[in-house]
Order: sequence, then structure tokens, then C-alpha cells
Amino acid sequence: MALSEEAVRHVATLSRLQLTDAEVKHYTEQLAKILEHVEQLKKVDTTNVEPMITATLTGNVFRPDEVRPSLAREDALHSAPDHDDEYFRVPQVIE
Amino acid sequence: MSSMAAPVDTRTWQPVIGLEVHAQLKTDTKLFCGCETSFGAPANTKVCPVCLGLPGSLPVMNGKAFRFALKAALALNCTIAKFTKWDRKNYYYPDLPKNYQISQYDLPFATKGWLDITLPDGQARRIGITRVHLEEDAGKLLHDESGAGGESGVDLNRAGTPLIEIVSEPDLRTPAEARAYMEALAKVLLYLDVCDCNMQEGSLRCDANVSIRPTADAPFKTRREIKNMNSFRFVEAAVETEIGEQKEIYANGGTVLQQTRLFNGQTGEIRTMRNKEEASDYRYFPEPDLPPVTLTEADLDGVRGEITELPEERLKRYMEVLKLSEKDAGVLVEFKEMGDYFEQLLAEGIAAKTAANWLISDCQGVLKEKYLTIATCGIAPKAMADLLKLVEAGTVNRASAKSTVFPAMLDAKGEKSAEAIVKEQGLAQVSDSGEIEKKIDEVLAKSEKLVKDYLSGKDAVVNALFGACMKAFQGKANPAVIRPLLEQKLKKLREG
Repeated sequence: MALSEEAVRHVATLSRLQLTDAEVKHYTEQLAKILEHVEQLKKVDTTNVEPMITATLTGNVFRPDEVRPSLAREDALHSAPDHDDEYFRVPQVIE
Repeated sequence: MSSMAAPVDTRTWQPVIGLEVHAQLKTDTKLFCGCETSFGAPANTKVCPVCLGLPGSLPVMNGKAFRFALKAALALNCTIAKFTKWDRKNYYYPDLPKNYQISQYDLPFATKGWLDITLPDGQARRIGITRVHLEEDAGKLLHDESGAGGESGVDLNRAGTPLIEIVSEPDLRTPAEARAYMEALAKVLLYLDVCDCNMQEGSLRCDANVSIRPTADAPFKTRREIKNMNSFRFVEAAVETEIGEQKEIYANGGTVLQQTRLFNGQTGEIRTMRNKEEASDYRYFPEPDLPPVTLTEADLDGVRGEITELPEERLKRYMEVLKLSEKDAGVLVEFKEMGDYFEQLLAEGIAAKTAANWLISDCQGVLKEKYLTIATCGIAPKAMADLLKLVEAGTVNRASAKSTVFPAMLDAKGEKSAEAIVKEQGLAQVSDSGEIEKKIDEVLAKSEKLVKDYLSGKDAVVNALFGACMKAFQGKANPAVIRPLLEQKLKKLREG
């Protein structure tokens, strides 16, 4: 399956990755190989095989609707690259 | 003769509207963690490793949220999937700490339902529901309004709050229909008690997909999505504006592009945010951290059993079985608490018409003045029924029941019975005909002119004389006794 450089740039944008032209070329080749490999799997006859949606076949898991303590704000904000006393700070979002 | 005017677009466009409504479920905790869902808590104080998306944390489904979601979907006549799973919807936005939202993509738990609505002109319409799915909300961004162009603040208290997204079929045809649908939907959710529908706090939000087509049988044209409508009025206004803009584009020979647009409630304007993403841009894949849910028919029956009478059913019953007018039935159904209170009065043996009149014509105004509602007034239905029974028995007349007894009961916060108040304030009606006759004679003696008018054939003055009698009794006489006695006396006078 042919993968275009344009598709790689698009996926990189969606993933917020900044790639150099050389990297785009590099990843286009690598990703194409992965897709080719997946393409091979399509040849397996799966007519009577149920799709596997999850590996965790635990049955239903529900939690009771009971309040549990949240983190102290100081701790919640602690690991963020930028914050003030109340909020996480992020570069201004332009809409 | 030539004209330089622009060509007039004579096509009568038909709007095609579908709504996506997000309703916050009324749970105590978030969808996947035990953090409290409280509006207005100090920023970032209702967060934990799960809703912050910290590494190593695992989501666990809130059973009540799932049950509420099921309840809503069943009430909307949906087919419930026996197997449902969640997916990651991947996108980057600062209010989304995990960089994906746990939502449902190809196997939503509910599909193919409907909601019956009544349009403002009384016409009934069935609006299809495409799907209902259960997902988590994002956080809240606070933009720097200083104008300095600095940074934005992020408050993640809301991140992880349980939402159901209810997607309608493109069955709506006018802005008024869109509004009627959303109002009806909100009413159902309120009746089910699964969402508080507080639009100001964002518990109920709406996006609209709008397109127009030249004729009712033409294929759909490209739609645009309008986001951010948090009031019924805004839904109607935004859809109206959007339809106008699309008509103009086509009239000028342009094409409508698939776009996401934002409605500004303050200015009434809509502006384009971005060109619409493709679903594939979200790179959905099954959420590996949450096991799928399987349901049995018995599970569904359990939830079905919790669904009480819905507004449309109640309206129909009030009109057809209780024989109330459409207007009265409508008022009682508008707020569930009102209808519930009405039901309790019926259970206390009050006739439907009496209870409806009392609640609608008499109580509403008094309650409003005191900033109360029937649900918050503090008077138990039993105590209210006792008051109505006093009126029925003629012990107190309806006018004083409304103007004096009911307000006094409210002031006593339900601590005093109607009977005690009637006694205390000496409001018991005089029903003794001897006493009443004496008073009527006095009134007639004092009203020479009115009596003369009556004798000369002006029957209408009977009302004035009746009013004078009621006044003489200071409202404490039983009008049902006064009226016939007065009429009898006047007739005798005329017969001479």
C-alpha cells in the first residue's frame, strides 16, 4: 500500500508532531512497511471469527456513585509545566 | 424596460435540522473516578489522577451514570445494544488532559429511538433519535480577558463529568421545531430525574446541524454545525440566522462548505471556527482500559421499571381521563413537581378540576409573590387538601382561602393547619341564612338607587348588589348562600 508524504504530514499535524522534511521521508518509508505488514494479515480468512474488541473479558465492572477525596489543588497543579495558584496555564487558545 | 436590481432568489428553501444535545447526568461523582461533580467549586479542587489523565491511572465506570443513561435511552424508545464498548476519540485541546475523550464510536449503547413532541401550533410530530451514547466531559478554559494576549487558565473540575449525547435524525424543519424538540427533550430528562437541565450551568448544551434544500424531496445539501447554544431561545435564534446565511450563499451562487461554527449569544452572530474534521482525523480506537458492558433483558426490565409517567403521557391522561382543558393540563405538566403535587391532591380526595383550578389560578400568583414554588412552599399536599375541603364545605370562601388562609399557611411554613388559621382570624363563613337575610335587608335599604334601577328592569345591577352584600360581610359569608337569597328577595320586590 502506497503511503503519501502528505498523509504522514497530516497525521503528524493531528498528533502535534513537528517533523523535518528528512523525517517525513524517513517515517513515510517506515510507516509504509508497517501498513504493508498489516495488509498481509488481511489475507487470513476470518469469515467465522468473531471480532475481538477487548482483551479484558472481565464482565461488567461498575463503581458505586460514591464521592472519594480529590487531590489537594497544590498537588494537582504541582507537575504541570506551568500553573498559578488556581489554574493550569497554557499558551493562549485562539478560537 | 431593464432593471439593474440583483436577481431575486424565488426558491422556497426547506431547512433540514438535526440536534446533538449533551446532557450532564445527575450523579454525585464523575464518570470514571470518585471526584465530586459540583458546579462552582474552586478551580482544580475536584480532580484526581484519573480525571487529570496521569500515567498509571485507570478509569472505572460509574454504575449510576450508566443506569441513568439507560433510563434516558429507554424513555426515548431506543433499541439498547446488548453489547456496548467505549472508544478513544483523539484530539489535542488544553481542556482535554488525556488528549483523548472516552466516548463511544461504532457501538453506542442506544440507537433508533424517537421523541413525540407537540409544536407550538398544537401539531404533533415524531422526531427520530439516531443514537444516544455515554461519554465524559472536558474541562473549562478561562481566556485571559486583560487583552494582554497572555495565557489561558485551565480548570479541570468538569473533566470526566458524565454526559449523554443525544443525536436526533435530521427530522426538524423550522427553528421553532428545533426549540420545541429541545424543550420536550429537557422535560423528559427532568421527569426521569437524570439531568437537572440547568442550562446556565451547562448541564444541557446543544449543537445544531443545519442545511437547506430547494424542495422537500430534494437530497440533503452540505450542512454546517453550530456549537455552543445554551438556551432554548439561542437554539431557535441561531438556527434562524444560519438558515438566512445559507440562503444568501446560494442566492449569490456560492456553495456551503462543511464547517463548524460558533454562536455568540450576546451578539446573535455566528462565526466559522474551522472546517469540519473527518471522523478519521479523530483516530478512534477501542478504549483498552474499560471492559465492554453486556446487558440482559432482565437488566433492561429493571431499568424500565424505574421509568415513571413521561410528560406527553401525563398531558394526554389529564386531558382524556381527567377531562382538564389543554391549557390547564399543559400548565400542570410543564413542571413535574406541579403535576406530582396535583396527583397528591387527587389522592387526598380532591376533584381534578378543583385541584387544577386551585393550583393554577389561585396558588401560582401567591407563590410567585413570595418567590416560592409548589415544591418549595413547605405545605404538605394533605394540609393543602384540608384547606380545599374547608372551601368545599363552605366553612371558608375561596377568595379568603386564597388571599388570607393560604398566605398564612405559607408564612407558618406548613406548621399551622388551615382550620387553625380560619379560626384564629375569624374567617369562618356565615352560612346561617337568618343572619344573612338580615344583612341583605340592610344592604338593600342602603342601596336605594340600585334597587330602583333593578325595579326599572336593569338586571345587571344584581351583580353590584351582590358585591355590596359580600363587602358588608367582609368576605366572610358564603356566596353560595347569599346569591340565591338576594335574588329571591329582589324578585319579590319586583313582583311587588
